[in-house]
Amino acid sequence: MTRLLLDAVHYQPGPRPFFADISLSFDRSGLVALVGPNGAGKSSLLRLLAGLAEPARGRVIHDGRPLSGLADRDRARAIAYLPPDGRTAWPIEVRRLVALGRIPHLKPLRSLTPADADAVDAALEKTATTHLAGRQFDTLSSGEQARVLLARTLSVGADTILLDEPTAALDVRHQLSVLEILAEEAARGALVIVSLHALELAARRADRVIVLADGQVRADGAPARALSPDILADIFGVQAPDGLVSGGLRLAVPTS
Amino acid sequence: MTPLRLTVLLAALLALVAVIALFAGSGGAGPAALFSADEELGGLVLRELRLPRVLLGILVGAGLGASGAALQGFFRNPLADPGVVGVSASAGLGAVICLYFGLSSLFVLALPLAGVVGAALGVIALFAIAGRGASATTLILAGVAVNAMAGACTALLMNLAPNPWALAEIAYWLMGSLSDASWTEVGFATPVILAGLVVLMPLARGLDALGLGEDTARSLGIGLGRLRLAVVLGTALAVGGGVAVAGAIGFVGLVVPHILRPLVAWRAGALILPSALGGAVLIVLADLATRLLSGPGIPLYLGVLTALIGAPFFLWLVRHTQRRAP
Repeated sequence: MTRLLLDAVHYQPGPRPFFADISLSFDRSGLVALVGPNGAGKSSLLRLLAGLAEPARGRVIHDGRPLSGLADRDRARAIAYLPPDGRTAWPIEVRRLVALGRIPHLKPLRSLTPADADAVDAALEKTATTHLAGRQFDTLSSGEQARVLLARTLSVGADTILLDEPTAALDVRHQLSVLEILAEEAARGALVIVSLHALELAARRADRVIVLADGQVRADGAPARALSPDILADIFGVQAPDGLVSGGLRLAVPTS
Repeated sequence: MTPLRLTVLLAALLALVAVIALFAGSGGAGPAALFSADEELGGLVLRELRLPRVLLGILVGAGLGASGAALQGFFRNPLADPGVVGVSASAGLGAVICLYFGLSSLFVLALPLAGVVGAALGVIALFAIAGRGASATTLILAGVAVNAMAGACTALLMNLAPNPWALAEIAYWLMGSLSDASWTEVGFATPVILAGLVVLMPLARGLDALGLGEDTARSLGIGLGRLRLAVVLGTALAVGGGVAVAGAIGFVGLVVPHILRPLVAWRAGALILPSALGGAVLIVLADLATRLLSGPGIPLYLGVLTALIGAPFFLWLVRHTQRRAP
């Protein structure tokens, strides 16, 4: 079953076409990693999928309906999006920030319902930020800020979650824990598409890896196949003699 | 403090300040005169001068405070204020054009409408220059440009003024004052400013979401085009209507939201209504001060007073935000 479909999309934000005739289809659930060098088109692809950018030609289809035909509110409930530059203009309290994710569910001029409050609590818990709920956002470390912004994205309760580099600027343990959280979302039945620079993380945690370069899909499939030695050398100019999927770092299991 | 409690508190404060402004000063009368129909001088001063002046102050202040809060929320920038970014000056230009060519005698709403059109053009110019997601610097530079343009056109009209009296009238009017307030001004400013407040109040949710950036706000279902249009329309009505009757009164929209922001836990949306009330309190108090400080024959202008208080505050705020900016 397909949840999200990019159908022969042309995208041209500047003078040259960025994507020329790109088609991709995404299943109902799973963790999909979008990798590629800087400027490959990862962010643009996510913005197209989120309905934030309009394709010049072609369609983006969500659950069988064209994204451009959905009302803003319906789209907002179905698709959650986390932009790459995670900042807030005002130093608001963490719990209120996470509650902003409930905006698509609120009735006009009404405040949060108990169901909304539950969703906010659940999002805080999933991201292990419950203890930060009363803090001001600007007093948090960048790792905590990233997790709070992730909680905001999860509190939407959408079945499609798009994240643009949620692990940038995080130390290795926080990177692993973010991927862990995303894998859990995928396991509960959500489609999670995440752009990443950390290839080992993509290789290890993702169900599917899409390699983008110069606005083209260069490889697409299971991590071991998509991140083959040829692709790694060709696209990224690196090699992994022992393979990417096995080995590498894991979260430490707490010994109690 | 919850926004509701803050709102109730500010409303009570406004009522208190309004009552003081109504009965303070020379030549007034006791509360009983408000409801009597006799032609005694004290009662007349109260009913025909003080009451409309206080009401007009409340309206103008509410419009400026709410517009300041909305502009700051929309631009995600504590330096945005109708005066600083040139909206007041544009509204002033619209009103001056109306006065200069005698359009205000054509129909009653001509003057406030000219102010609204001027203010709207000012906000649109600001959006056009500053664009989306403008930095604090770009926004202020755009404001300087809009201010300069409106100021230059106003100066040109003053330059070409047919006689010194017309020139003096425009000059004094631009300084901002409530001293000419009558029931006529209250009558035509009320619908315009209230309409502006009605447009601005429901923007709370959009402004809250915008605090996380434009893309996040859009992904939460906020239509940015509609939000931008509402900010333009609401500010134009609330500021334009006020400037048309009271001249340019600066810095209210800057100072009030800044003081109240910590009290609503930095939520941009929750700030609009309290800022409207706070702006009203500030204008009524400042106008009372100008009334009590003015000597016979030497009127102190309201706009001059707010600028004297507001400008140092603005300087402090610029330094403060510069230090905090990344």
